[in-house]
Amino acid sequence: MEPTLNFLQHYWWGVMSLLGGILVFMLFVQGGQSLLRTIGRTDGQRMLMINALGTKWKLGFTTLVTFGGAFFASFPIFYSTSFGGAFYLWMLILLLFVLQGVSYEFRSKAGNLFGPRGYEFFLAANGYGGALLLGVAVGTFFTGGHFMVNPGNMGGFCGDVAISHWASPWHGLEALADWRNLALGLAVVFLARCLALQYFLNNVDDEQIEEQSRKALWVNVPLFLLFFLAFAAALVTMTGYAVDPDTGVVATDKYKYLQNLIEMPAVGGAFVAGVVAVLVGFALDLLRGSRRGIWWSGAGAIVTVTALLLTVGYNHTVYYPSLSDLQSSLTIANSSSSRFTLQTMSYVSLLIPLVVAYIWYVWRTMNRRRLTSEEVARDAESY
Amino acid sequence: MNEILEMVDWSRAQFAMTAMYHWLFVPLTLGLAFICAIMETQYYRTGDLHWKRTAKFWMKLFGINFAVGVVTGIILEFQFGTNWSNYAHFVGDIFGAPLAIEGIVAFFLESTFIAVMFFGWERVSKRFHLVSTWMVAIGASLSALWILIANAWMQYPVGTAFNIATMRNEMTDFWAVALSPVAINKFLHTALSGYMLGAVFVMGVAAWFLLRGREERMALSSIRIAAWFGGAAVVLLAITGDRSGVIMAETQPMKLAAMEAHYDGARRAPLVVIGALKAGETADGEDPFHFKIKIPALLSVASRHDADAFVPGINDLVGGNAEYGLMPISEKMERGRVAIAAMSEYSAAKRAGDRETMQAVAEKFDPLTPVGKTFLQDYYSHLGYGYLSSPEDAIPPVGLTFFSFRVMVGLGVWFILLFAATLWMSYKKKLDRRWMLHTLLWSIPLAYIAGMAGWIVTEVGRQPWTIQDLLPTVAAVSGTSTGPVMLTFFIFVVLFTVLLVAEIRIMTRQIGRGPDDVPPEAIIPPQLAKTEEKQA
Repeated sequence: MEPTLNFLQHYWWGVMSLLGGILVFMLFVQGGQSLLRTIGRTDGQRMLMINALGTKWKLGFTTLVTFGGAFFASFPIFYSTSFGGAFYLWMLILLLFVLQGVSYEFRSKAGNLFGPRGYEFFLAANGYGGALLLGVAVGTFFTGGHFMVNPGNMGGFCGDVAISHWASPWHGLEALADWRNLALGLAVVFLARCLALQYFLNNVDDEQIEEQSRKALWVNVPLFLLFFLAFAAALVTMTGYAVDPDTGVVATDKYKYLQNLIEMPAVGGAFVAGVVAVLVGFALDLLRGSRRGIWWSGAGAIVTVTALLLTVGYNHTVYYPSLSDLQSSLTIANSSSSRFTLQTMSYVSLLIPLVVAYIWYVWRTMNRRRLTSEEVARDAESY
Repeated sequence: MNEILEMVDWSRAQFAMTAMYHWLFVPLTLGLAFICAIMETQYYRTGDLHWKRTAKFWMKLFGINFAVGVVTGIILEFQFGTNWSNYAHFVGDIFGAPLAIEGIVAFFLESTFIAVMFFGWERVSKRFHLVSTWMVAIGASLSALWILIANAWMQYPVGTAFNIATMRNEMTDFWAVALSPVAINKFLHTALSGYMLGAVFVMGVAAWFLLRGREERMALSSIRIAAWFGGAAVVLLAITGDRSGVIMAETQPMKLAAMEAHYDGARRAPLVVIGALKAGETADGEDPFHFKIKIPALLSVASRHDADAFVPGINDLVGGNAEYGLMPISEKMERGRVAIAAMSEYSAAKRAGDRETMQAVAEKFDPLTPVGKTFLQDYYSHLGYGYLSSPEDAIPPVGLTFFSFRVMVGLGVWFILLFAATLWMSYKKKLDRRWMLHTLLWSIPLAYIAGMAGWIVTEVGRQPWTIQDLLPTVAAVSGTSTGPVMLTFFIFVVLFTVLLVAEIRIMTRQIGRGPDDVPPEAIIPPQLAKTEEKQA
């Protein structure tokens, strides 16, 4: 039996949500970059931390690239509308990620123009800014953007045939002025820092770093909770946007996201379970002196973010509301690729478990032994 | 309209600049990855630490280069949305798929195993490490495969149909997209050029060591591997290059005509080996060259494999040629505008809720109806021309394409000779000739120039199209104002230039340090090691 377009749209939103969840988990690399000066007291310690993160930065970067590519393939109108409109926001994110990639490779090399400190500054900029802006960008899935879409514009000539336009001259930066976006962005920043601290506990063999990491967790966990709870409170009390599946007409809907969490118990349950797992992970490392909290918190972060994205995409919900023209809002039904493309891509997506399996295998193999300063000093390939 | 043209120019400038910086780094990644894998295989097979030391040296240079290629790549991916949002809408249904597959199939392979390649020497077995290095090399080429499939589709849009309800092209045949002759040939030609560049780089750097009287064994063994690898690549490059010409004559005759500055079509068309083009426009029948050296009938042979074949010139393609069934562009523009008007009519009917008109227009775009078959063939296939302002807009920049092609081919010939000479001298043990070592060293920039010239031919030569015949740049650009694109253009120019300078400085210093982790005197050939063990 051939899958329906509706099924495929839901399947692909599910895949995108999972990729989004993994991306947020991988932001622990950014979190670690923002902690280099807080945790690392000596150059040797900072080098150890950078090398512990350095084996993972490409994985996080690849997740971001794949997230973008998969969004392009499955929901091209979002790609076209948001990237073309919220131009400054996305370009700033890209710029910060460019700085990240080169910083790892160039930092410790002779003749690198900016010296190790310069590249550590770039890493910190990406650590704070990259995580914050990605969180803000995801926040606009709930709070909306100032765009108008009309594919019919293609039917004009000798003039502007652009199908989408952005109504704000700030081209996406206006999202920073919405406290809910900022709350989500800051929650992502502090979640990334907490996960990074847990990663150091798990992966770095250095007493001082361990001690500093545990201390810093006591500060960063409450800050994460503060901003996360602020966003969660906004989420369950805010007016959302719903679409009529028969007519395609978009309208505001009071408590839409709360309704979704209740009407989709699997998603609501996953959201709660994810948050609990994150907290269990924190508690293990903070209260029981464990080093394995990252596995709980990491898995919890993936599940929570996945559930959050499913909440905004499923159940006839608008996942990208337009604040300028409500009927331009994007839903998984009106912005997806064709059935043929989604189905073809679905076959490709069957490779994802294989990809996850070899990533898992390599990760386990490489991290079997905790990283020491001696190993970093011995290895000529060190960052 | 001026604002849109300005936006097009700045968006093109930004995309071209990013692509050119990207292409400075990626070819070396493609080629060097395989050379490192071959060297490590030698280490795995023989257990000779010399090979490990050699492989690790080249891997270090690979790592420095890899990062900038990756980060410039992400900018390109997102620019399809930021700067070319109409394009992203119009063909995202097709173009997005290869990008997503590239991420899932290739990028994860690269990024996962590269960590083992660099940091796994003491953490995984020798075999696992070797497999990881090969995975990185394969991953890099797989990544090139999928992005080049996407690029090829833009130049030869197949396996697709226009959907009037969504106002976009949608994929109808994945394998037609993935396995189109343009895609296969483009991948082979481009990847091989990367392999060749990687080999030239290795030979040049190794020659530098020989000139300095350092690391003789490492340098000579590196040169021999690179010469075989690059030699094989350059021969295949010539074969795929020939095939490119034939495909281009079929699918993009205007690009071919511009590439050859071939204005007036002819049977037994000559090929201008080299010539000085006149500046500005040339009148019909006027010779566009101040002087030229030409070979009779060679263009017909090269593009059609037939000395008597007719090769249309720019004037035939613009003004039409009834004898050879070539429609004038003015006519194509008219027909394109009929298709655009039908799209407009559909939109208006949709807004008005006029289902009858919508149905009637939709039939025109339905390939299963007789009216649709005719309309799609006669009108929609010229859609992109409808967005042009004048027939001359369909002519790509001739001078740049013409000279870039000659630079590329000329250097291709140079590299065939260089690899042959290097192999011969390597086996005759004559690689101590300083002139040859200098030649190898100074061929490194030539390989980069050849690669860049190739991209200019491909991308400048296809102007004004983002999608051949269907979507010109003027209709593909975002609705953003020019300011943000200009601002980010300058930011990226500064950033990429700084990164390039930093990379060159780091690379040259790293080369100067040589394979520093294991001194050459510590390397004992395995046979000798066994003898020493027995003696002990």
